[in-house]
Amino acid sequence: MENNDDYVLKVSNLSVKLQNQTILDNVNFKLKRGTSLAIVGPNAAGKTMLFKALLNLIPHTGKIEWAEKVKIGYVPQNIAVDDIPISVKDFLSFKNDANIESSLSPVRLGNKKMGDKTLGILSGGQLRRVLIAWALADNPNVLLFDEPTTGVDHDSEEPIFATLEELKKKHNITILLITHDVHIVREYSDYLLALNRCVTFFGESKEIMTPSVQKIIYGETVCAGTPDEKT
Amino acid sequence: MIETLIFSLLTGIFVGISAGYLGSLMVLEKMSLVGDALSHVALPGLALGILFNFPSFLGAFAFLFASAVAIWYLGRVTKLPYETIVGAVFTLALAIGVIMIPQAELLEALFGDITTVTIVDTVAAIIVSVVALSLTRMIYKKLVLGMISEELAISKGIDVSKINLLYLLLVSLVVAVGIKIVGTLLVGFLVIVPAAAAKNISSDLSRYAVLSASFGVVSACSGIIISNYVNVATGPLVVLSGIVVFVITVVAKQMAK
Repeated sequence: MENNDDYVLKVSNLSVKLQNQTILDNVNFKLKRGTSLAIVGPNAAGKTMLFKALLNLIPHTGKIEWAEKVKIGYVPQNIAVDDIPISVKDFLSFKNDANIESSLSPVRLGNKKMGDKTLGILSGGQLRRVLIAWALADNPNVLLFDEPTTGVDHDSEEPIFATLEELKKKHNITILLITHDVHIVREYSDYLLALNRCVTFFGESKEIMTPSVQKIIYGETVCAGTPDEKT
Repeated sequence: MIETLIFSLLTGIFVGISAGYLGSLMVLEKMSLVGDALSHVALPGLALGILFNFPSFLGAFAFLFASAVAIWYLGRVTKLPYETIVGAVFTLALAIGVIMIPQAELLEALFGDITTVTIVDTVAAIIVSVVALSLTRMIYKKLVLGMISEELAISKGIDVSKINLLYLLLVSLVVAVGIKIVGTLLVGFLVIVPAAAAKNISSDLSRYAVLSASFGVVSACSGIIISNYVNVATGPLVVLSGIVVFVITVVAKQMAK
């Protein structure tokens, strides 16, 4: 039998209107504790706005119910660090109780010199890891991750998601991530929410490979991949 | 004579530190021109002080304070960059100030005259600087986080809008006392160039903030001391000293590559 305590988040009738434009329309979904949800959708589908509403950063209507004692870590899509002389240590110290080395080791950046590096000179993959470390610094039990692979080369993508997967299993963290990558959805998320202002699909992530779901998300069937993907 | 030099140097030290420290944030926020333009807004306030015989610092601060609030409010409502809003109002303020201010005092208002500094000016500069430094230190990290990502800052419970207003008010205070040293036309220099020089050779925030404040002191005090010996107006000498520091940091940066 389904227990209400199993759920870390319940969203009902969520709508967002900004400057008289409907950004999100009547969004409903529930998410179980310790699972991961991939949010997909075309540009301007309202994915980032959904995160902002979940974080209560923008005005919205409807109901967003987080479980009690939930602590959210947020990793935004973009941060402006190119022109700021700020070291990794400085950045992590913004979280009051951040211990630099113990913050960096879960994201596989345990190198002692890493703390002294300037954020602006890090590679895309390293910066993403520092952002995850930032989000994890005060032990959240929910992680919101907007476009995890923005500015990250293909080789660096997998280790980032492997790290997230490891953290999820180890600390029972619930992960919500926005992505465009079908492979990431299939490999690293349990549930899929397709958004195009309203929810066009919500279900298990493995269903993203079925033609009917692909048609809902992309408007047409995505070309078949490698033979083993068809099985 | 010696008394004036001591007052001048004390004023220069405190204003140099606070302008450099607060300016480090302005340069990061790409608001350098705001600091410069904001200083011109003080001119009508100085004129009122001269015309109605009350301390010109108060008139300057009143105008800077009102302008800072107006700029902050317009920025919030219109979402226009601060630089655009300041650009729209500062030339008007400069024009009004030049019309209002008596010709005899115009040069002093525009370029400052540290030789007329009194103990009251010095005490005001020390108090304002200590208050501005302490409060800015408290919000420094929050402001930087807001620059990096407003969403991150808000999600951490920081009211970005309010701390921006507080920061603009503190800049207004420092600019108002800085006018005595270098005048309204040049005071923007004290919040821009020391920070720009520090940024050239900094890789972390604390070094950047400390160097910026130090370069502010070096610029202000060198200008005051040289002016005492060569009988040239202090303001331009402060600017020249600061530019020398800036050039040295550019060379140091190139050599480090």
